[in-house]
Amino acid sequence: MTVVPSLAVLQSGVLDPQGPVAASQRLILFNASVIMAAVIVPVIVLTLAVAWWFRAGNRRARRRPDWAYSGPLEVLVWSVPLLVILFLGGIAWIGSHELDPRRPLASEVAPLDIEVVSLDWKWLFILPRAGVASVNHLVVPVGRPLRFHLTSTTVMNSFLVPQLGSQIYTMAGMTTELNLRADRAGVYPGLSAQFSGDGFSDMRFEVEAVSEEAFAGWLAATAAEGRPLDAEALRLLERPGTTGRERYRVALPDLFGSLVRRHGHGAMPGMAASASAPSHPSHSPHAASP
Amino acid sequence: MSGMATPSTAVHGGAGTPRHRAEEVPRSERGPAPPRVVVTYGFWLYLLSDIVMFAAFFATYAVLRTHVADGPDGRALFDRSKVLLETGCLLLSSYSCALFSLAIDRKARLASYAMGGLTLLLGGAFLALELSEFASLLAQGAGPQRSAFLSAFFALVGLHGLHVAVGMAWLVVLLLQIATLGFTPRTVRRLLCFSLFWHALDIVWIGVFTIVYLGAFS
Amino acid sequence: MSLLGKLSWSALPLGQPIALAAGAMVVLTALSVLALVTWKGWWPVLWRDWITSVDHKRIGVMYVVLALVMLLRGFVDALMMRSQLALAAAGAPGFLPPEHYNQIFSAHGTIMVFFVSMTFMVGLMNFVVPLQIGARDMAFPVLNSVSFWLTAAGVLLMNLSLVVGEFARTGWLVYPPLSELAFSPQVGVDYYLWALQIAGVGTLLSGINLTTTILKLRARGMGYSRMPIFCWTALASNLLIIAAFPILTATFAMLLLDRYLGFHFFTNELGGNAMMYVNLIWAWGHPEVYILILPAFGVFSEVIATFAGKPLFGYRSMAIATMAICLLSFMVWLHHFFTMGASADVNGFFGVMTMIIAVPTGVKVFNWLFTLYGGTIRFSVPLLWSLGFMVTFVIGGMTGVLLAIPPVDFQVHNSLFLVAHFHNVIIGGVLFGAFAGYNHWFPKAFGFTLHEGWGRASFGCWVVGFYLAFMPLYLLGLMGATRRMQHYDERGWQPLMVVAWVGAVVILAGIACTIVQLVVSIRTRDRRRDRTGDPWNGRTLEWSVASPPPAWNFDSPVVVNGRDAFWTVKNGQEPEVVDASFATTAAAAPSPGRAGHGDGADAGDPAAGARPEPSVTVPPPSAVGVVIAFFAVAFGFGMVWHIGWLALAGGLGIVATVLRFSWLEREEIVVAPEALARSAMARPAPGGAA
Repeated sequence: MTVVPSLAVLQSGVLDPQGPVAASQRLILFNASVIMAAVIVPVIVLTLAVAWWFRAGNRRARRRPDWAYSGPLEVLVWSVPLLVILFLGGIAWIGSHELDPRRPLASEVAPLDIEVVSLDWKWLFILPRAGVASVNHLVVPVGRPLRFHLTSTTVMNSFLVPQLGSQIYTMAGMTTELNLRADRAGVYPGLSAQFSGDGFSDMRFEVEAVSEEAFAGWLAATAAEGRPLDAEALRLLERPGTTGRERYRVALPDLFGSLVRRHGHGAMPGMAASASAPSHPSHSPHAASP
Repeated sequence: MSGMATPSTAVHGGAGTPRHRAEEVPRSERGPAPPRVVVTYGFWLYLLSDIVMFAAFFATYAVLRTHVADGPDGRALFDRSKVLLETGCLLLSSYSCALFSLAIDRKARLASYAMGGLTLLLGGAFLALELSEFASLLAQGAGPQRSAFLSAFFALVGLHGLHVAVGMAWLVVLLLQIATLGFTPRTVRRLLCFSLFWHALDIVWIGVFTIVYLGAFS
Repeated sequence: MSLLGKLSWSALPLGQPIALAAGAMVVLTALSVLALVTWKGWWPVLWRDWITSVDHKRIGVMYVVLALVMLLRGFVDALMMRSQLALAAAGAPGFLPPEHYNQIFSAHGTIMVFFVSMTFMVGLMNFVVPLQIGARDMAFPVLNSVSFWLTAAGVLLMNLSLVVGEFARTGWLVYPPLSELAFSPQVGVDYYLWALQIAGVGTLLSGINLTTTILKLRARGMGYSRMPIFCWTALASNLLIIAAFPILTATFAMLLLDRYLGFHFFTNELGGNAMMYVNLIWAWGHPEVYILILPAFGVFSEVIATFAGKPLFGYRSMAIATMAICLLSFMVWLHHFFTMGASADVNGFFGVMTMIIAVPTGVKVFNWLFTLYGGTIRFSVPLLWSLGFMVTFVIGGMTGVLLAIPPVDFQVHNSLFLVAHFHNVIIGGVLFGAFAGYNHWFPKAFGFTLHEGWGRASFGCWVVGFYLAFMPLYLLGLMGATRRMQHYDERGWQPLMVVAWVGAVVILAGIACTIVQLVVSIRTRDRRRDRTGDPWNGRTLEWSVASPPPAWNFDSPVVVNGRDAFWTVKNGQEPEVVDASFATTAAAAPSPGRAGHGDGADAGDPAAGARPEPSVTVPPPSAVGVVIAFFAVAFGFGMVWHIGWLALAGGLGIVATVLRFSWLEREEIVVAPEALARSAMARPAPGGAA
């Protein structure tokens, strides 16, 4: 254990964004923090200063024991927080739309579709067009938009690569969507951010962003060397436990779709029936409002 | 406390001026309410909380009612004429309950027993019809374990039925208390609470009837 | 099915040393306490004056005692978690395997929210509210006792899981599908659900009781704008309890139906929808945090006004802000799961609503500041806690506003940043408020003040410890650390985890100081006797009676004609001449407090004509609360272990007890005039201790 923490360790998570989504999120975080600090730092200072100045022993303080109301102050006290909040509320509203996980990233290049399945306790990544899959290790090309389609075969999890951007829950029988991009080559840690049981802490994975050529090479190598992901291999994967990295050649048709449909609900409000869903259902669950 | 205005009253002054005439005193300043008001108010609050609980089950039903898991839905399962009969029984029992309340006001024992008994009978008829509906659903394999829709249905309608059953048991106890304790103020307060409860169940049933049974055919 | 359902010897933690040690310690402590009480012959007094008491003051004290004991249990969990995380970096396993660690954080959250925070606040409200509104007791004293004992039953049932079986391993809100039978077949989730269903009934009844009390039993002349601000916040909190707890009951009932009867509300198959659970539980969960914080806000309002020697600034604003928070708290629940996949419009809406609720809170902070301004401030222990709150809570509020921005939340949801935020507001708000209230009203409850020095020491340790423990967590969350980790790969995170651990140890010192404070205060109580009933030069009615107050609170019916009624009387501003009719109608007021006891005749409008002054009566004690709780524990335990006959016996026992009680004629105890006279003479005229 290092006795003196190296400041380099601060360069991680959202503090070290490697893609446009995370970069925007860090910007909003900083801006909003500065605005809020501008409100609360004076409040903290004033609290301590006023308490000290009006202490019982201070003879210089002018006491106002009946001062319990002031119309102008009333107006100020309601309007200042309201204005700050309206401003930040605007940021929240705009940010929710611009950084909506479902929103595709603007690009001339076609996005790469990645299907993600959370199992107990590992992550399965399927690249449907290439027909390959990997466990706990995702290789992506730098600069290309990544379009994730996520589900779970068991309990809720949350897919998160902090340096790239937003997290999104994975839920059985449903598909969620996420759009990210890695702008620099590197290895970025990923995790599950929704507690899922005894093996939860081991649900770590890595996203490796490489050049397009390296990516194509990895695809080819995996297709050639990966074990077949057939029914038996899937059954082994689904057994509760943790694994290291794996590489597969996908040997089951419509793997992702079939995993989603396994727990499909029948018609849900606002969603197309999953029975007729294409392999990349474009819908996402809306939070049910009671 | 010494130094106060009158020896028998503790008066705590303040910035306001005391009001002198009874009519001027706003209701919020008239002091503690009598027991009957306090008890029924508290019971109202309990009823409101119960309605919130039903609301949660209603909301769940609304969301899950399309989750039939390739099984039967409401349209296929519900017998509207039986439900109409149930509704009639329950509404009539509210009427008999109102007559029951009037009898209690008059402290008329026999009338109370009669109307109370009628309420029990009608409530019992409601429950019997509902149980027979459940039994027939179970026999068809459409029990609560079949799908989320059926879970939500049985829970919501069953919760209401449970309240009716508990209400009936309560009514029996109250009738026994009239017989053994008489129309004491405390017993009368409880009877008042009971009729509030019974009428509230009627209102919830209107919701169930509309959202669950009529809603399945919309 | 065997006679003992699923229960067998394997339910005892014989193979797990840490769990065994913990369970043994709890059992031994409980047995020692029981042995001590027996040896000293305290049972008759305990039974008559505390266990069967229906006096709101006694019940309030018992709630606070329960909260403090559970604080110890919950804190041990916290210390274990911090220790594990300080050790388990980069491959080191720590000392708590996941199966155990997962129960610890689940228990920690459950205990701290339900059995420390709720219990403490309910206890303070129980003790103070009837006194502040000039009432003799709560609207329903026996129900009050039932509420307390049902809460205690929930506590007992949950703690049984430490010794027999195990606790939930799912987090403190037991999300499905993880909490469904398919993924949590063990009894832990069942212990959780039954303990909270039982305690939840108690809480709901308490909410009804306090709301009715505040709305229907205020003293004559005490209109809403003359009510102490603590009563406003208590009202708002209890309205929220009535509106929110039924949702919790319903949601847990659905999960129980899934687990016991094979229903499919939230399962993965046959159409269940776990998102429904998440929505329902947070529709309860968000109001819950306001249920916790609003009474704390009320405590701070009372304490700051008292120790600044000034009326609360902007009383009307404070009341409006309180009710605004009450209403808005129902419109923000989705911010607990922005990342579940709702549309941008939905996320944006709830983000904006969440920020709006920060406005009335900000208004309150400013009003406290202006209350301090121009005052003559005495740095008593309660005021120190209040200042600590004002500084700490606004930081937590700031991070709350940050979390309310959906794109930010997409990064830090469920991270240690979130953990730091909610501890920031709960410790800085609820816990600091609990300790402020504890120190403030202790002399009223027991007749002597707490030792100041140890109180300051406790405060200092808590403040330093809190910042050490949680500021690193903010940073870790931003660095990518998620919550509920049992270990982590990044060696660079460990130093921060160690700092957090140190903070937890400092907080432990703070807790130790509180215990020492209590022991020392009891031992040296004669030096700090409160002989006037008003040790702080208080403003509200509770300070106008003796410390401790007589069982009947006020010797004669209270009439007020202004806000901060006690203060203005003390300062020589006698009320205007009260004319005869007013005095007569005041005298004719029915016994303030309580309804539904004895066969008190129902008066119509109490202002209608003069009647002889009723004698002062108090309700007799009742064992119905503790007996119902006993049967509730039997019922709960039977349900957890599928022991049918035990559950049935417990359920029937409850019904039988209620029936038996309902037939009893309970005569109120008339307070002898000599006792009244003694009470009146015992107290000198209030001059206010500075």
